Amino acid sequence: MNDQQQKKSELTAWHLLLIIPFIATLWMPFYASKDPVIWGIPYFYFYQSLWVVISAILTGIVYFATKNR
Amino acid sequence: MNWTALIVFILFFVLVTVLGFYAANWRRGDLRQLDEWGLGGRRFGTLITWFLLGGDLYTAYTFIAVPALMYGKGAIGFYAVPYTIIIYPFIFVVMPRLWSVAKKYGYITASDFVKDRFGSRTLALLVAFSGILATMPYIALQLVGMQTVLASMGLTGTGIIGDLPLIIAFAILAVYTYTSGLRAPAVIAVVKDLMIYITVIVAIVYIPIKLGGFGHIFSAAAAELPKHKPPGALVIGPSGFWAYSTLAFGSAMALFLYPHSLTGVLSSSSRNVIKRNSALLPAYSLALGIISLLGYMAIAAGVHPKTPNDAVPGLFLKMFPDWFTGFAFAAIAIGALVPAAIMSIAASNLFTRNVYKEYINPNCTAHQESSVAKLVSLLVKVGALFFIIFLPKEYAINLQLLGGIWILQTLPAVFIGLYTNWLHRHALIVGWLVGMITGTYMAVSQNFNSIYPLHLGGSVIPAYAAIYAVIINLALAVVLTPVFRAIGVKHGSDATAPHDYHFSSETIQG
Repeated sequence: MNDQQQKKSELTAWHLLLIIPFIATLWMPFYASKDPVIWGIPYFYFYQSLWVVISAILTGIVYFATKNR
Repeated sequence: MNWTALIVFILFFVLVTVLGFYAANWRRGDLRQLDEWGLGGRRFGTLITWFLLGGDLYTAYTFIAVPALMYGKGAIGFYAVPYTIIIYPFIFVVMPRLWSVAKKYGYITASDFVKDRFGSRTLALLVAFSGILATMPYIALQLVGMQTVLASMGLTGTGIIGDLPLIIAFAILAVYTYTSGLRAPAVIAVVKDLMIYITVIVAIVYIPIKLGGFGHIFSAAAAELPKHKPPGALVIGPSGFWAYSTLAFGSAMALFLYPHSLTGVLSSSSRNVIKRNSALLPAYSLALGIISLLGYMAIAAGVHPKTPNDAVPGLFLKMFPDWFTGFAFAAIAIGALVPAAIMSIAASNLFTRNVYKEYINPNCTAHQESSVAKLVSLLVKVGALFFIIFLPKEYAINLQLLGGIWILQTLPAVFIGLYTNWLHRHALIVGWLVGMITGTYMAVSQNFNSIYPLHLGGSVIPAYAAIYAVIINLALAVVLTPVFRAIGVKHGSDATAPHDYHFSSETIQG
């Protein structure tokens, strides 16, 4: 199908990076715990806040890596 | 009456109102055209788009509703953080496709797209209806936020006197939206965000120092939350995993189906503006995480509000000097006005394009079109008042989650439609209908709490009703598509071509 071909040229291996935040934040066994407490902040809160930053960096990487397509 | 706070509040409110009217002259365009009134002429660059999309995220939802949930129930309220984390990678991939096809054919709403993609006016009408319906409780949430702040400054009373300040604020909003269109919230969003950032930074530094640090704030919350009825918790237990992640996932998928978010996307000047913003917008999520913790700070500060919605205003009143409380309250109230303006513009764009022009007056002039949009933007706000009056608002966030259930039912037609037109238009219609009914039923059965405990075999899985409803919706659409084909029901004709989804205006000009 023509649609399929278009999709291939639009998405690259770089785009796989964008799946990581979904897994990291939606799979709760990764972070549903109080410990370790870092700077007084329970892990549950620390972990998720950290992923805001990581996710932004990942999106930035994909933006620059695929910019000229 | 807290006069100092009130005077500062009014000063900033007036400043913003003047800006709202001035906005009509900013980047001047013919406001009698719907493109100009409703999309700011599609000329907004990275910075303005950032503020405008951020304006959709930073609402009374953030400042009042999320901390209220944290205050009352604990960790579950933090779902707003993963919600806003996963939304941006998603936008990065999906939204440029919508922008392109919308630019190519001049679409202003998701319905415009659905009509062409599936060749179905009925499906387009249903998408428009969902958009308008889902927007109203979201605007209502903004009004609850504003009301909460006004009442905290002592503007209370019974009957019409009690509602008067809200009505005044509302009337101001209505008039400058009417005259300036999308330019008004775009200009005000800049001021609003500066005010909110100042408030957040001061709150995050000043309040923990006064309360003895984050360690103390979290341990106070850990000690208090289990005493609440029903008991809250500092960390989600295994029984709450599905509720938490479906709330995050469902809200993320819903956000960019809302007409007001699409307005922000479509008003940007290029595909790249959207992509760049996906990497820049998470700055908001970080602040949102901090704001949500204000709920715990309220616990640690020993604030005991009448309803959880009053937790943050109560905290500010207790911790800040009066003049800064006035400033912070103005930030919250303006933070409610901007999205309410964008939302009512977006909903009226939907009505005008997909109901009025499609069914009532197909030969209307551009001038008539924008006049109708302006009028409907007023009606939508009145509709929002209805939600405040008739729905329980102990947790204002339920208003937003209710809208999420409805808008998510347009996902198969809009998001999946961006990638394929395989789904049959009639299958989509049946899926939508059943999704709307089951989703609404689930919410109503829980007294408008959006977590529905689904009984499966012997176990109970509580999860966001929107997700259950959209799964049913999608399953029906997929199963019925071959059925409709087999019995020979005509497939709608697709007016778009595959390359339209990569269209960028730069290639034409260059």
